[in-house]
Parts: sequence; structure tokens; C-alpha cells
Amino acid sequence: MIRSITRKKPDEELDRLLENQDRVFIFGCGTCTTLTNTGGAEQVQAMQEYLASKGKLVTGSTVLPVACDNLTHEGLRAFSGQINQASALVIMSCAFGVQNIASQLQKMVIPALDTLFIGKETGVGQFNEVCTQCGTCVLGETGGICPVTACHKGLINGPCGGTNNGKCEIDKNKDCAWTLIYNRLAEIGQLDLMKRFQPPRNHQGEPSPGKILLEG
Amino acid sequence: MASKFKQALDQGKFVVTSEVAPPKGVNLEKMAHHIELLKDKVDAMNVTDHQSSVMRFPSLGAALMVKEMGGEPILQMTCRDRNRLALQADLLFAHQRGINNVLCLTGDSVVLGDHKTAKGVFDLDSSQLVAAVRKLEKGKDMAGNELDGAVSFCAGAIVTPEANPIQPQLIKFEKKIEAGAEFIQTQAVYDLENFKNFMEYARQFPVKVLAGIILLTSAPMARFMNKNVAGVTVPQEFIDEMASAPKGGAIKKGIEIAGRQIKQIVEENICDGVHIMAIGKEELVPDIMAAGGLL
Repeated sequence: MIRSITRKKPDEELDRLLENQDRVFIFGCGTCTTLTNTGGAEQVQAMQEYLASKGKLVTGSTVLPVACDNLTHEGLRAFSGQINQASALVIMSCAFGVQNIASQLQKMVIPALDTLFIGKETGVGQFNEVCTQCGTCVLGETGGICPVTACHKGLINGPCGGTNNGKCEIDKNKDCAWTLIYNRLAEIGQLDLMKRFQPPRNHQGEPSPGKILLEG
Repeated sequence: MASKFKQALDQGKFVVTSEVAPPKGVNLEKMAHHIELLKDKVDAMNVTDHQSSVMRFPSLGAALMVKEMGGEPILQMTCRDRNRLALQADLLFAHQRGINNVLCLTGDSVVLGDHKTAKGVFDLDSSQLVAAVRKLEKGKDMAGNELDGAVSFCAGAIVTPEANPIQPQLIKFEKKIEAGAEFIQTQAVYDLENFKNFMEYARQFPVKVLAGIILLTSAPMARFMNKNVAGVTVPQEFIDEMASAPKGGAIKKGIEIAGRQIKQIVEENICDGVHIMAIGKEELVPDIMAAGGLL
């Protein structure tokens, strides 16, 4: 299952965002941010203690089952008293959850996390981005490995000169996407696909901002 | 008319290129000094484009200066900082001002440079940039629109013969040639036996190859490159040789090694020329050339 992968914002940034907010309510999310240990029950508890140490009054907290879900309003209603006492909402979900909550409450929202990418858990505590939703899928020519996402530069004609020992120039722990693609295509006897010159990409393949209206 | 550099390539001359590094700032004195020193000694000077993703005086401006001072510039263009509109516009300008050689590069990641939070563009890759040059030469832009006045360039690209694994690099190399690259400059090659194998393969393509020679300045510098520079492997024997140099004599030793390599390349007719990278010590290029029997 794909997840929204998040990382906690630096304390200094959070402190700045909360500068003029004395009473806060904290939301966590029982789905993606629980999986990534960024917005589950434990992290919400830790946030509560951190904010208290900074002299904030925490009016309450809850871990919504799915912050981005349509049923979130039920959860909001259940805590309406404590929410109303707060001047700002500290939200430990992905940006989708933050926007969902913001659209339903007339309150200042403060994301406690940065949303990094849509990815999957590929090992315990390891999350990998597999798709950037570019709208121009090339997987059919790359053995099912996405260079738009997995190559740091998004190159579609093969590796750059920075690859070293099969790793990416920006991080020795990251595989070079084009080494992976080469190996995969070699395995399945389809190297000719890699030899085909790919014209420049359509960088407008994704309707930005994304919006699709099905006809009929 | 073909560029002087292209004429040299086409005549089968053993071609020598070096580098000019634009400064970080507007003081062009040192660069002017290097241009003056080298312009009549080498066949062309590559002007680096925000080398290592460090913001500097633009390669286009520096290439223009080489031209104005009577040298032969090779404009390096990376795909890192400009989208296809800006790249094409720069090519139009370069041509119009008499800069007729271009080296098409993907470019290092911005993450490695001094503006780490910048947006890396990579709208095109190096092979697509070569193809774009060829299209502009036919009087059309990349979108297929007619140009009022076309360009003409001697276009090149790079290859890393010591990359690991090499096969994906070779596929990209072939694509660059297919896209229209006329010359190839290589990343530094120290292991000439390995390079000979590469050249045996490269000779089947209609492209001139210039071997990259990076001056070794000390044993620690050689070890640093092995550890940190992708696709560069300095053999242990060279590191030992550098370490054996008497105190203060390391650079002399480095020049000697580079000279020896150039001599072997010339004597064994391994490739079509050399691209000498003295990385900040451009004033030593004539010494390297002399050591290699080129002056």
C-alpha cells in the first residue's frame, strides 16, 4: 500500500510558527504518520510534552483514524469543545490531512511535519519513493523501474557521469536508477529498449494543479 | 565556416584542449592571464559551467572573453541550471558572437555545490542537448518553429571510460553519438590499458576522442579523487610515485606522470587528442604539454 511519507519539522521552525499561539490542540493520524512514527499516539504525546515545556497550553489531542478521510469531521465534532478553546491546531499528519482539517475548522493550522513523498515501506523503517505521478509513464521502457523518480536528475536516456559503483552521486547509499534499469533489462533480454533515444520529456504531462473531471 | 577546433579535428591533428575556470566574482584577471598564456598553445579551451555546481561567472561570458582575446573557446553547457528555452537562447547568442564549439553535459547535482537548496533543472539531458544543437543547425527550434538565422556548432559530449559499471555508460555514449556528437572528451583516465580497451570499442563510431588528463598535485589529492570523484581511479602505483616525490616536488612529479601518459597516448596513437585539466593550476598546462612532448 502506498503511503504519504513525512518527516518532523525542525523545532526552530515549529517554535516560529507557534510564536503567537498560546493555546493549541494537537492532531495525529492513525494511518501514514503512525506508520512512519511521525504522528502516531507516541509522537502526539511527545509533542504535547514539548509544547508544554515551551509554555503552551495544550487544550487536548487526538489521533484521528485517517486524517485525510471524509469521515474526519466526526472526529472533529467529538473534540469540538477542546478544539474551540485552542487558538491554533498543531497537525501531525501529511499535508493532505492538514488541508482536510483546515477546510473544516475556522482555525489557524500549523503542520508539524513536512510531507516528503508518496512511497511505500520497503523494509522495517525504510521508505522509498516509487512514483512522482509525472503523468508520462515510461515504465514500459525501463523494465518497470521509474527513472523519473529513482534517478536524482530524472534522466530518461541513461545514467549521468556521476554514478559510481552502481550508486548515485548524491548519496552512496542510493542505487543509481540506471544501473538498476540496465541490470533489469539485461536480465529480461530487453536491452534494446535502453538503446532507444528518448526525446525530451513532456514536463506538463501532469495537469498542474491536478484536476480531472470525468465526462459523462 | 567550421570552427578552428573542428578543422584541427578533421585534419587528424593530435588535438590538445585545456580548461579555463571562470572566477567566483567579477575579477577576471587570473582567467585573462590563463587565456593569454594558453591561447596559442592549445587547440581550444573549455570554459567550465558552474563547475561542481558552484556558482561562478558564466561560461558564456568567459567563452566570449576567450574569443575576444583570440583564443578558441569550447562552451561547456550543463542541463542543470537552464530549461530548454534558456539553453537554446544561449546557443543562439553563442553562435552569433562567434563561439562555435559546445560541450554538452548533464551537470553535477546542485546538492554537491554551494547552493544546495537550489532547483536542479535537468529539463534536457546531455544527449538531448546534443540533438537540440543539431536541430537548431537545421533552422528549427526544439518545438519545430522556424528560426530567423540558424546556428552552426562543433558539438561534443563526455564519457567516463572507468565508470563502474561501464555498460550503461556505453549505451549513453552511443546515444550521444547518435544524437550528433562529433567529439568526446573523457573523464580522467589513468589506467591506459583500460582506456585502450575502451578505445577499441569507441573506434567503431565516427567520433574523435580526447583523453582526459587530470594533473596529480599530491598523493592525498590522488586518494581524495579515488574516494570522491565518480569514475576516476588513480592506480596505486601513481599514488606511490607521488608519495615518493621529495618535499616540495609533488607537482613536478605530477607533471612528469601526466607527460608520460600523454607521450604514451601519442606514441601508441591511442586516441585523437588530450584534454588537460589542471584544476586551478592552469598556468602549469604548458609544462604538462612540454613534458608530454607537445611543445
